[in-house]
Amino acid sequence: MSMQRLTSFLGLAWSMIRSLATDDAYDKYLAHHAHAHAGSPPMSRRAFYLKQQQSKWTGVSRCC
Amino acid sequence: MIRKAFWTLVALVGAFAVGGVALHRGETINAMWIVVAALCIYSLGYRFYSAWVAAKVLSVDPTRATPALRLNNGRDFMPTHRWIVFGHHFAAIAGPGPLIGPTLAAQFGYLPGTLWILVGGVLGGCVQDMTILFLSTRRNGRSLGQMARDELGPVGGFAAMLGTLTIMIILIAVLGLVVVNAMKHSPWATSTVFATIPIAVLVGLYLRNIRPGRVLEGSLIGLALLLFAVVGGGWVDSHPALRELFNLQGKPLAWFVIGYGFIAAVLPVWLLLAPRDYLSTFLKLGTVLLLIVAVILMRPEIHMPAVTQFIDGSGPIFGGALFPFVFITIACGAISGFHALVSSGTTPKLIGNESDVRLIGYGSMMLESVVAVMAMIAATLLEPGVYFAINSAPGIVGATAEAAVTTISSWGFPVTVDQMAFLAKEMGESTLFARTGGAPSLAVGMASIFSSAFGESMLAIWYHFAIMFEAVFILTTLDAGTRVGRFMLQDALGHVWKPMGETSWYPSVLISSGLVVAGWGYFLYIGVVDPNGGINILWPLFGIANQLLAGIALSVATGILIKQGKLRYSWVTGVPLAWLAIITTSATWEKVVSDDPRIGFLSAANQMAAKLASGAMSPEQAAVAPQLIFNQRLDAVLAVLLSAILWVVIADMVRVSLRAIRGQPVPPNSEAPHVHISSIKLGAEAA
Repeated sequence: MSMQRLTSFLGLAWSMIRSLATDDAYDKYLAHHAHAHAGSPPMSRRAFYLKQQQSKWTGVSRCC
Repeated sequence: MIRKAFWTLVALVGAFAVGGVALHRGETINAMWIVVAALCIYSLGYRFYSAWVAAKVLSVDPTRATPALRLNNGRDFMPTHRWIVFGHHFAAIAGPGPLIGPTLAAQFGYLPGTLWILVGGVLGGCVQDMTILFLSTRRNGRSLGQMARDELGPVGGFAAMLGTLTIMIILIAVLGLVVVNAMKHSPWATSTVFATIPIAVLVGLYLRNIRPGRVLEGSLIGLALLLFAVVGGGWVDSHPALRELFNLQGKPLAWFVIGYGFIAAVLPVWLLLAPRDYLSTFLKLGTVLLLIVAVILMRPEIHMPAVTQFIDGSGPIFGGALFPFVFITIACGAISGFHALVSSGTTPKLIGNESDVRLIGYGSMMLESVVAVMAMIAATLLEPGVYFAINSAPGIVGATAEAAVTTISSWGFPVTVDQMAFLAKEMGESTLFARTGGAPSLAVGMASIFSSAFGESMLAIWYHFAIMFEAVFILTTLDAGTRVGRFMLQDALGHVWKPMGETSWYPSVLISSGLVVAGWGYFLYIGVVDPNGGINILWPLFGIANQLLAGIALSVATGILIKQGKLRYSWVTGVPLAWLAIITTSATWEKVVSDDPRIGFLSAANQMAAKLASGAMSPEQAAVAPQLIFNQRLDAVLAVLLSAILWVVIADMVRVSLRAIRGQPVPPNSEAPHVHISSIKLGAEAA
């Protein structure tokens, strides 16, 4: 039981860390794409990454 | 009942700690007094004030679908767990500002700055951040400038745009100056900071070509290389030939920063800016946590008096009396207008439920305020004599080490040449005299905390780790700010000549980036050649600009509250706004008309002009004097312009509010229509 709890806690922590680092952004995009635009091919991982960076750094995303 | 007892206890402990901090008059005081006072005030502010503001003033509605739900596109609009958004938002708002401001304001003693950070944070900055975040969330993530235009009119919108561009220029100049001063004649710091550039490029290539989008992997590799660069800087420092290569004066370093800023602004973001930002974010979160843990573990003694004699305006680090300059010097950490730009940028598009704005808006700013308190502790745990020796410019305390220690000791803060030499040797630097800008003294403070908590023998490594940490995110702000300035300029120039508005047309990119870099590069260069250190001029200007932006944000918020019929709650944003208007206006007034050349721009210009005319200057001084005189006059104009912008926006807000109160037509409410959360959920299930 406690082992199970520990693994599920570690799993949650790991997914939070991946989320914070935006490592899971592409997976989320794929999930969204499959559900909202089924039929059209999604962007490749690299194309998605580059597009994300471009839009992130077009506005104010860092402060003093 | 138990809850009531608990919060009463928090209030009592908080009151006791604040009283202890404020009334203590011994030789030293333990930093835990400040930590406990801060934690109690933040807890009470969050538990009660932020809850009340969210419920009554903003009328947060958890059943109302947010733009992340309504416009979900799997990329920038996406409902995200509130703690993840908290992390992103905190990483976005927390930069070098809350570290440097308190370090400089420590010249007044530990008490004034600390009280302003706590009170300004809980009643001002946190409220501003949460309110703007909420208003932007209600408006599909619109920017502050757009909201000013929509809700007040074109005048407010234009003023917000002009204010943002000005603050960007001054902010980058002052941060550039901080980095230059930290690298000046320090081969270790310079080589480490230089090494961060190829490391960022390597990470950028890794994240694009080798393992696209695997940010954790790329960042861990980069962090390992950065730590290696800190150690490697030590080897460079001990190698006679390499040492000379990186032993640079201020001017070439300023040109390096200017060239770097230009190149970084025109390169693709994935190559340098994005990977550098990942590295700086991990470093920032890690170091902030480490600092908090180390302060709590070590419970250092504060050696700075509660209040120093410099509250009269004669301070060596910057001229000007406690009022209004403590409130100008500490902007980030108490209230920072810049946050309003982030709160109306990416963050509102990620919020999954309106009720999250309290944690994300108010909570993130509270944490930034904690960072400012930690910076204050790191600055004031140094012996005051040492603190002043590091932070005072040679134009104030004398050019030689002997002159400096004599001057500083005569103020009642004893320090000796041997003591400073020993400290410099421990930190792996050739000297620590006149290392203005705040970064070196913060690094000495952090190094002493870290080394006593995690390993005594590594002072020099910790010192240069702290310098690298500050430099990495200052350079990120510099890249990112230059790009934002470039986009704003392109937008403005596009109205004059269409092709200039195309953000990817290369001639326009080069011209507009060049103009932005020239803008801040000018102030940076003048700051470097100024014998009084430049920080004395630039930091107050930055503070005024940042508070001006906060004034614009609070004006927009107050105007919207009144338009929505919440006049009786409008003091929540109106009182901080009034306070900002008072401090920025009186600071501007003093910076322009004061007879003291250490404070007034014009009297400094006149004094220098008279000295130049009478031939009392050395040839080197006379060579730069015309530039410095022109610059002081320009700064006076700039300060007046900034205050004028704020008053224009306030007047516009009052005009719109009065019309709203009288029932006359005003610009319509620009909120997106109400959509119930359940209709989105049902829609998603049906699809």
